[in-house]
Amino acid sequence: MELTRRDALLLGAGAVAASVLPQPLFAAEPTLDELIAAFTEGAEVKDGGVDIGAPEIAENGNTVPVDVSAEGATSILLLAGGNPSPGVATFHFGKLAVPSASTRIRLAQTQDIVAVAKLSDGSYVKASRAVKVTIGGCGG
Amino acid sequence: MAKVKPRVKVPKKAQVGDVITIKSLISHPMESGQRKDKKTGELIPRKIINKFVATFNGEMVVDFDLDPAVSANPYFQFDMTVPEAGTIRFEWTDDDGTVYDIEKEIKIG
Repeated sequence: MELTRRDALLLGAGAVAASVLPQPLFAAEPTLDELIAAFTEGAEVKDGGVDIGAPEIAENGNTVPVDVSAEGATSILLLAGGNPSPGVATFHFGKLAVPSASTRIRLAQTQDIVAVAKLSDGSYVKASRAVKVTIGGCGG
Repeated sequence: MAKVKPRVKVPKKAQVGDVITIKSLISHPMESGQRKDKKTGELIPRKIINKFVATFNGEMVVDFDLDPAVSANPYFQFDMTVPEAGTIRFEWTDDDGTVYDIEKEIKIG
């Protein structure tokens, strides 16, 4: 490919724009805030109303036991902002289920895990909890 | 690859209206797609269970969408109210489209 003067200028401008933007344009993974916005469809999210159970210090980031529950929730979105990809899981609850679930997750580093719950009245609540990780859990 | 084996723990009997605890475990590597092969340096392709669904007599109880941050051998615990006798069915969906399933009966009494 022949690089003309015009192409060179465009490339330079693009590189400057990419470095100035706070979020990299080419990131394949959506950010924590984008995932929350996609889940809530832009609705307001109040603090509190979600319980997150997790160890204060997780010795092994490969399996961190976590439980989430929210009174009256139909769905709970669980996120780990410190992971290479922040999404962890989305729990949907039917009428028969109690809106709580426990599982084991991977945490790459010490971070806050976030849970956003959609309540049956259509409102959203969220909570976060800090977990210290001594050995990260996303392979090496 | 090790054989994928689903396991669940469901009480055999319950009273109508009882809240029972259900535990499930499936042996699966949950390959995140971010690890590199130590010998070749190439990325190991992602292969995870991306969905876990439990239904009771055909009605959805829980439906979990999973991302690679769920640990290997995914474990889930949840509670449900027993409305009547019936069958609870569990399904795990793999990235390659395979569905692993298991059914358990719950009696009243």
